[in-house]
Amino acid sequence: MTQARFPHRHLLGIEGLGPEEITTLLDLSDRYVEKNRSADRKVNALRGKTVINLFFENSTRTRTSFELAGKRLGADVINMQVSASSVAKGETLIDTAMTLNAMHIEVLVVRHPDSGAVKLLSEKVNCAVVNAGDGAHEHPTQALLDALTIRRRKGHLDGLTVAICGDVLHSRVARSNIHLLNTMGARVRLVAPRTLLPSQVDRMGVEVYNDMIEGLKDVDIVMMLRLQNERMRGNFIPSIREYFHFFGLDYDKLKVAKPDALIMHPGPMNRGVELDSDLADDVERSVIREQVEMGVAVRMACLQVLTENLSGGAA
Amino acid sequence: MSVRAPGLVAYVNARLLDPASGLDAKGGLLTDGEKIVEVGAGLFSTGVPDGAEVIDCAGACLAPGLVDMRVQLREPGEEHKESLRSAGEAAVAGGVTSMVCLPNTQPAIDDVATVEFVARRARQIGLAKVYPYAAATKGLAGAEMSEIGLLSKAGALAFTDGTRAIRDAQVMRRALAYAATFGVLIVQHPEEPSLAGGGAMNEGELSTRLGLAGIPAAAEAIMLERDLRLVELTGGRYHAAHVSTAEAVALIRRAKDRGLPVTCDTAPPYFALNELAVSEYRTFAKLSPPLRSESDRQAIVAGLRDGVIDTIASDHAPQDQDSKRLPFAQAETGGVGLETLLPVTLELYHNGHLTLLQAIGKLSFAPARLLGLPAGQLQAGAAADLLLFDPDHPWRITPEDFRSKSKNSPFDGRPVQGRVLRTVVDGRTVFSAEV
Repeated sequence: MTQARFPHRHLLGIEGLGPEEITTLLDLSDRYVEKNRSADRKVNALRGKTVINLFFENSTRTRTSFELAGKRLGADVINMQVSASSVAKGETLIDTAMTLNAMHIEVLVVRHPDSGAVKLLSEKVNCAVVNAGDGAHEHPTQALLDALTIRRRKGHLDGLTVAICGDVLHSRVARSNIHLLNTMGARVRLVAPRTLLPSQVDRMGVEVYNDMIEGLKDVDIVMMLRLQNERMRGNFIPSIREYFHFFGLDYDKLKVAKPDALIMHPGPMNRGVELDSDLADDVERSVIREQVEMGVAVRMACLQVLTENLSGGAA
Repeated sequence: MSVRAPGLVAYVNARLLDPASGLDAKGGLLTDGEKIVEVGAGLFSTGVPDGAEVIDCAGACLAPGLVDMRVQLREPGEEHKESLRSAGEAAVAGGVTSMVCLPNTQPAIDDVATVEFVARRARQIGLAKVYPYAAATKGLAGAEMSEIGLLSKAGALAFTDGTRAIRDAQVMRRALAYAATFGVLIVQHPEEPSLAGGGAMNEGELSTRLGLAGIPAAAEAIMLERDLRLVELTGGRYHAAHVSTAEAVALIRRAKDRGLPVTCDTAPPYFALNELAVSEYRTFAKLSPPLRSESDRQAIVAGLRDGVIDTIASDHAPQDQDSKRLPFAQAETGGVGLETLLPVTLELYHNGHLTLLQAIGKLSFAPARLLGLPAGQLQAGAAADLLLFDPDHPWRITPEDFRSKSKNSPFDGRPVQGRVLRTVVDGRTVFSAEV
């Protein structure tokens, strides 16, 4: 049973998960991809269960993806959008958790602008908690959907070379992907100006490059990150045009990657900033829309295993 | 002055000085067009090649043209003080064949167009070669990084806010880290502005007697110490300009011993003068950083001797009369230096602190290597940028004779030894002394 192979109450991050656990989630996700593509998409695995999407940060795609995942599984899904800046955060967070906990729900999907906030919340509730992104810490379902996209295209993850490019400093997607790809035996490179690389990131088992041509040489996968202007305090790069010139992905820089290298982006894209617009739409190279499709399947898999664990444990 | 490079030119009977190879010997040098083709002690022993123009050096020293890594050009924006042409003429009269200019023009050199303007104008003038530094922060305002990558590709040699310190620690940290992305150097004016602000001279007994607000030596050490920690944090390459204090020399010595990618230069006033030069409120000796105490001066000499100070630059800062004929506190800082760089530096040789080869090395090969310039060497294949000089010829510095538009020299009237006889850029003689 999946229950035995994914023995966790919450999904707070990729760090700490083993290859079997990740494979369990990916295998189940694969089945949901096929199901989602069929005429009869609805399943009843979560019928009668309640999922709350608790978002302290604006999000359209991730929230919609979780909402759809919950609904396809037959759950009752409620969206709560909370402004994180309005009140003193720690207090609001715990108060909100206590309130929701009293309502007997099964899964809480949480996004929060502060790293560690989702874990803090998970300690106060009886339900399962899924981290939908906390600060610059982790975004585990994004890493899983990226892995699923790669695995379906390349057949495997181990032995691949993946370049994660751009604003690593502010990126939870990068951190989750580094953990996942390393765990699954891929080689991870980071390519960024030094102002957008966090301190001692080389200790996370990655190779660090400051030059796109060197960093993209012979890679299988190019993951572009969104330049997170909204999280930047001060001046990390001189200008957008300089950033695109040296670190934006275009056909020219892509030439040094393997001929069948795939381009990924977690979205939403800044066209012409980190990624050439034509390249983003190139169906031969870009799997960006496929990533969105995989997102729903991965989130269905996660919701399912966590609710199964819950009913098993709580009985 | 010839415009086109001649064919073969044979420099015979020279004392060759090549700091890159350590060569100091009698010999000859052959150029063809813009390049050096042969150099050596035994050259021309079997005669000069047919058709070559012969220049008899008559035993004078033939060295690589000087590379001056800190010059303020004032063009664009303040051409009444200096222009690219007048600075070019002053440079070649002083034996300087390459100069690196600060971005503190008006407008500041902080975009690709201005970098290209300066390079193009200097090429048209055809005197000393000009390499621009670009601003480290936009408009030299100290807040936002300039386009370091694009500017570097356009030819900016390194990045600095010129005569201003990069004050904000976070801005400096990011500038160092970002510049390291492209392997380029950040050049700092190491002075804590909040301590230097309002000060007119070195702080101490003399400033007290003169009733002038002082700038403590600690202003240099504090900024430098902070920067060295940021270098350690970021791994960025850092160069401290015109160091003037004993404490600065000690800090850089320690940083180098620890292997940090740090270099520094000083300028002739800081090893040839001390704060006494500003007595009687001589505004021509008002410099930035200020002339320091005698013990600081001695420490600068010692730093040059033991190699902690990598290079010597003129710190050429032209100011017109109106900027200097003011009460001391109101007068502008800076002194012209292109035409006194060689003879004042040669004092270190005449006083036994440096060998002639070492002195020339600090003025040519060392700055060229530090900045990655193809200059400063007497080598087959290198550009024929040459300096012929008599190291012993005595004369008195008379600013009225300067080619520079501005005459604000702190060395006015100083007796010196060492005279430029001929300056050659890309094989063309661009200056020769009247005999």
